[in-house]
Amino acid sequence: MPLAKRIIPCLDVDEGRVVKGVKFVNIRDAGDPVEVARMYDRQGADELAFLDITASSSNRETILHIVEAVANQVFIPLTVGGGVRTVDNIRGLLNVGADKISINTSAVERPEFIEEAAGRFGSQCIVVAVDARRVPDTEPPAWEVYTHGGRKPRGLDAVEWAKRMCDAGAGEILLTSMDRDGTKIGFDLELTRAVSSAVPVPVIASGGVGELSHLADGIEFGWADAVLAASIFHFGEYTIAQAKEHMKRRGIEVCEIIDEFK
Amino acid sequence: MSKVLVADFGTGNLHSVMTAIQVVSSGSEVEASRSARKIRMADRLILPGQGAIGTWMSELQDDEVRQAVNEAVRTKPVLGICLGLQALYEHSEEDGGVDGLKVLAGRVERFGDDLLDCGYRIKIPHMGWSMVHQTCRHPLWSGIAQDTRFYFVHSYFARSDRESEVAAVANYGLEFTCAAARDNLFAVQFHPEKSRQQGLRLLTNFLKWDGEV
Repeated sequence: MPLAKRIIPCLDVDEGRVVKGVKFVNIRDAGDPVEVARMYDRQGADELAFLDITASSSNRETILHIVEAVANQVFIPLTVGGGVRTVDNIRGLLNVGADKISINTSAVERPEFIEEAAGRFGSQCIVVAVDARRVPDTEPPAWEVYTHGGRKPRGLDAVEWAKRMCDAGAGEILLTSMDRDGTKIGFDLELTRAVSSAVPVPVIASGGVGELSHLADGIEFGWADAVLAASIFHFGEYTIAQAKEHMKRRGIEVCEIIDEFK
Repeated sequence: MSKVLVADFGTGNLHSVMTAIQVVSSGSEVEASRSARKIRMADRLILPGQGAIGTWMSELQDDEVRQAVNEAVRTKPVLGICLGLQALYEHSEEDGGVDGLKVLAGRVERFGDDLLDCGYRIKIPHMGWSMVHQTCRHPLWSGIAQDTRFYFVHSYFARSDRESEVAAVANYGLEFTCAAARDNLFAVQFHPEKSRQQGLRLLTNFLKWDGEV
């Protein structure tokens, strides 16, 4: 049996609360990251991603407490990103129970940071997040790297950049299409396929999921190793279990929750 | 009270292992340390590890620590996790070639870039949930079904030379030893501390294990 494709729900955390309109009916406090994390764990998430979108650095400590509280109760891999700039930031997050650290802006601003980080902690915990936008009127298509939440173009080709980050020691690429993010019309499959076939490490597809078939498309046509989504799970439209069931019907190998351990 | 020591060889992230062990350890005292004295005094030892094997093994340059670990792997229940499995073999290709503890027969090699998993070129690291195919009966497999998936993340794998020391195999481009067992020693390539209830079950089994097969 092949390696199972992973489904990763993403929690955007601002000042200690899960944001982006969470509407769960079956938990007490849908803004509490620990409750949301536990619910996704029960549904069968293969990993969890936390994106700290807190703007003020004075609140950075908050994410450490959240990661620690989640890691004390949820025994699946946790990826944490947002505002990671130094080796000390990484160590701090790993020490409270994060397994992988996602780095975006600071990798673009200081590519040697990825080398330092992978050298110190191992490639297995360094994820480089690549936010890409299609360059208009290019054939074959090309994508440019953006930072600062998709606002700042960086003049880098996304495929080349992803390859370079792998050479520097990234163990995984978290690839987000900024054109598709929030659109609910599906991943940019051409982008996903271009990056996934160019790099030796696993690629997580992100940006644009609006229905379950989009997740399966990311694997089948985007050649992604894992798929990440936020809103379709947050709004309670679908559960992780439904997503896995759908992928299984499409012939994709998934990791099923074992009943006897539920 | 039973004393569980988690060896702290500085390659990061003991938090997950410590937490998981604490969750399942009723009535055990759990501590992380690299002290030779504490390794000797412990009733059971866990050797966790992530990152690069060179860093991990360099902690064992200290003769006293190395001796304490060597004694432990021959006398009390020991559980190796990830690097803690790889380090038990004779040699690893990683970091330009590093000698291991030579407790188990075999070598540690890197996954080749040209390997295929069900027709597709494999990605390295091997990251995610793979089936663990048990090849022997063992107290640590108690209550865990054949071919249950566990969470893996690694770029190097063990090639065992002694079939009697293989406790499970997994497939990723090739078949490799993902669990090894000999007498009082059990080691896994996957991460039980990150493998939901099946992982906690394995850790529970370890804490109950008297080291006899």
